[in-house]
Amino acid sequence: MVNEALFWIVAIITVTGSLSLLFARKGAHIAMSIVTVMCGLAAAYVGLGAPFLGVVQIVVYTGAVMMLFLFVLMLVGVDQRESLKETIKGQRWIALAGAGGIALLLISVIGRVSLYSPDDFTDGNPEEIALVLFSDYVLVIEVLAALLITAAVGALILTHVPRLVPKHSQVEIAEARILAGADPVNKPMPGVYARHNALDVPALDPEGKPIEDSVSRVLEIRHQTQDGAEFRHQLEDTDNPDHAAQPADAPPRDSHDRNPRQGEGESR
Amino acid sequence: MQSLIWLAIALPLASAAVLLLAGRRADAWGHWVGVAASGAAFLVGFLALIEMLGKPAEERALDTTLYTFIPGSDLQVDVGLLADPLSITFVLLITFVGTLIHVYSVAYMEHDKDRRRFFAYLNLFVAAMLLLVLADSYLLLFVGWEGVGLASYLLIGFWNHKPEYATAANKAFVVNRIGDIGLIIAMGIMFTTFGALDFATVGQLVGNASTTTLTAIGLALLLAACGKSAQFPLQSWLGDAMAGPTPVSALIHAATMVTAGVYLIVRSAPIFNGAPDAQVVVAIVGAITLTLGALIGMAKDDIKKALAASTMSQIGYMMLAAGLGPIGYAFAIFHLVTHGFFKAGMFLGAGSVMHAMNDQVDMRRFGALKGAMVVTWVTFGLGWLAILGIPPFSGFWSKDKIIEAAFVGEGWQPWVFGLTALIGAGLTAFYMSRLFFMTFHGKARWTDEVHPHESPALMTVPMIILAVGSAFLGLFLAVGDRFSHFLEPVTGHVEHHEPVLPVPVIMAATLILVALGAVFAWLKYGRAEVEEVAPAGSLATITARNDFFQDSVNRAVFQRPGQHVTRTLVYADAAIVDGAVNKQARGWASIGEASRKVQNGQVRSYAATMLVGLVIVVAVIVVGGL
Amino acid sequence: MNPMNYVILAAILFSIGSAAVLLRRNAIVAFMGVELMLNSANLALVAFSRIHGELNGQIMAFFVMVVAAAEVVVGLAIIIAVFRARQSISLDEPAELKG
Repeated sequence: MVNEALFWIVAIITVTGSLSLLFARKGAHIAMSIVTVMCGLAAAYVGLGAPFLGVVQIVVYTGAVMMLFLFVLMLVGVDQRESLKETIKGQRWIALAGAGGIALLLISVIGRVSLYSPDDFTDGNPEEIALVLFSDYVLVIEVLAALLITAAVGALILTHVPRLVPKHSQVEIAEARILAGADPVNKPMPGVYARHNALDVPALDPEGKPIEDSVSRVLEIRHQTQDGAEFRHQLEDTDNPDHAAQPADAPPRDSHDRNPRQGEGESR
Repeated sequence: MQSLIWLAIALPLASAAVLLLAGRRADAWGHWVGVAASGAAFLVGFLALIEMLGKPAEERALDTTLYTFIPGSDLQVDVGLLADPLSITFVLLITFVGTLIHVYSVAYMEHDKDRRRFFAYLNLFVAAMLLLVLADSYLLLFVGWEGVGLASYLLIGFWNHKPEYATAANKAFVVNRIGDIGLIIAMGIMFTTFGALDFATVGQLVGNASTTTLTAIGLALLLAACGKSAQFPLQSWLGDAMAGPTPVSALIHAATMVTAGVYLIVRSAPIFNGAPDAQVVVAIVGAITLTLGALIGMAKDDIKKALAASTMSQIGYMMLAAGLGPIGYAFAIFHLVTHGFFKAGMFLGAGSVMHAMNDQVDMRRFGALKGAMVVTWVTFGLGWLAILGIPPFSGFWSKDKIIEAAFVGEGWQPWVFGLTALIGAGLTAFYMSRLFFMTFHGKARWTDEVHPHESPALMTVPMIILAVGSAFLGLFLAVGDRFSHFLEPVTGHVEHHEPVLPVPVIMAATLILVALGAVFAWLKYGRAEVEEVAPAGSLATITARNDFFQDSVNRAVFQRPGQHVTRTLVYADAAIVDGAVNKQARGWASIGEASRKVQNGQVRSYAATMLVGLVIVVAVIVVGGL
Repeated sequence: MNPMNYVILAAILFSIGSAAVLLRRNAIVAFMGVELMLNSANLALVAFSRIHGELNGQIMAFFVMVVAAAEVVVGLAIIIAVFRARQSISLDEPAELKG
């Protein structure tokens, strides 16, 4: 006899988990919910006397397939939020009516049949399954093996990006840069002030002007750079104390990630 | 030489090809090549004539087959040339007058930078015209027929930089095409009736055909002849064709090409002999045209157009004669030959006058040119006497015979045709005298800048030769009915018929009318002052001046209804035929358009469709199958 | 307890999965809906196997799993390829089939 408590636990876990497919917004959340659904189904298999399938369910679905899903989610951007607003007119109602209709029809059919259920059912242990698989279904197993290999090769081909141009050597890259008019020498390192090695301050050229290129472009885009005016003033302070107060009043461009300036101000 | 008559066609054709292909590098000598080719063709024709005259009359015709043009079981057409008295007459007329006009053109076209091209076209015309008259089948004749049409088109439009000249060329071409349709229809009927198109076979089998068929063929041939010979009702192109250079008018639109219609009728004598109704129609057309041309000629002030109207009228005489049947054929051809001489001579004279008067054509600004241009005056005067029919000049011998023949017959016909021809002679005398006096006599009404002078020898010599021909050719050919007997193998021997009036009476009446016409013209245009600007004139004058409103009539009767018919047909085609197809297509397109929306490209919609389908299938199974 | 209840559960899971396929625009989420439908079928097969007391249902479920694994590999590869080409995995965007 089938354990009733187990059924209800499995039912609640799987249905709530699968409902996330309809309502959750983040792909990662959905994937994790489906993992729990798969685990619940594995438990159901075990409860239905199929321990081998339960283990295979855990290994194949939870361990391999859903992890693959998660992996692809990471690849295409895990924080892509999806709007649940429907864009196709009437799609939502068709979908709900179709899904509800199929559920109703199936349940009504299932509810009307009563099948004999033997109580002396022995669990399908792996040995019995192996006997059936490799005797009656051996040809199917072979065909499935071919299918799996084909799928693997197909996936490789689908995701393969052919190289359209020959790979450039380092010498060629350097030559191309020089031909394009780039600076032949390395860019100067940022953060020239001895007392501050932060990467967000441009280097100075011999005339004392900042070299904008020396700061990483990423910081530039994030507005996390600073022009180093206060450091300069601190240096100039030693020569000309009259200008000392000015830089402290200047508002910071991006204060929340620039603690060093604060520290300098306090120390002065 | 009779069997080598093809040389007469080949030489001018080769010359035309050379002149057209050689381009500008032939500019310096090209015209002499043209003259030589034409002269050589005349020589060939002349030698053929001598050979022909050496044979007995019934053996004179020689049909040479060159090669098979259209080989086939049902229709086999050979390219064959028929050199018989009729065609040799034409060959000689064409090549002789043609050569003279070639020579004349050398001087006349001297200052035209396209003189070489002009000679190429002239040679092309000579070749095509010779092919027309030498052909031994209607199909080959048609080739020449189209060839002269092409040459005529090219030459009328020779100065096609002037739009109205180009239009005139187009008009001539289009009107001629209408006639060509007649020839094509005639050939079609002939082929279905006789199964052959050559003159000999058609002539033999003509007895098998019904009179109705022969009348149909005859009328179709008449349509063709009307188109080519500017006969009523297809006469409208000839006046405008005077846009071409004057030598062209002389050669093509006076002496040779326009007479091709007469040739066609005479050549088709067996058919017309079997279709009396068609003959009467030919005669009626001739009579109408002869009157019409004479009336137009009386009103025109443009010297070339007046001559063109005269040409129309004279060809009307020939058609009238040809329509009279066997008694008229020989006279038609006779008049054709003499007319070819004196009309070509007068056209050349007109060209000479124009040459002297800075290409002016308005006779009201001529006058008193006899002093300045003695040779032109004399030669033109001989032509004038010839066309008037003053004995012993050429026109008298030919035209008088036609008038006599017109009075032969029974019932109303002799009186109508005879009197028309008789009165026509008087009208001819009036308008030709008017032209002559206005041009050469009276007071000088020249515009200020002109200084008339005699033309160079290259122009005057051909004029003199033609004038001599105009004067004495008729007499030479008429003595002892030489020409009629020469043509007898073709036209058939005719017993002498007595006219309804005694011959001396007819002759006297003709001469009196001619004299009256000439005197009246002298009083009005020779002695009296001629106004420099044409007076408004009576309604009749205006009508004649406007060619009896032929263009307006054509436009109202043919062009407008034709346009309406085509417009209606186009509309019907668009609305009914195309409309039905388009409506149907649009219906299918809208069905496609409607079903297109199902394919919205949204994957999820397709999935929804699949799910709905699944629900329906399951529902059917559950509800219906359980 | 009657194992038929598991079949009803399978039907419910199947309809939820099909609704997810129809409603979600994220290709990966829709794909997970497909996986859920496959698993619900597996559950039904196993339940019937239990009801009939024989192993063929389980064998069939095993085969379905293998085929599903292969399908997932190819499907995800396709999603990756589409993402490379379009920088998006939305199901609404590739609408080239629009008539």
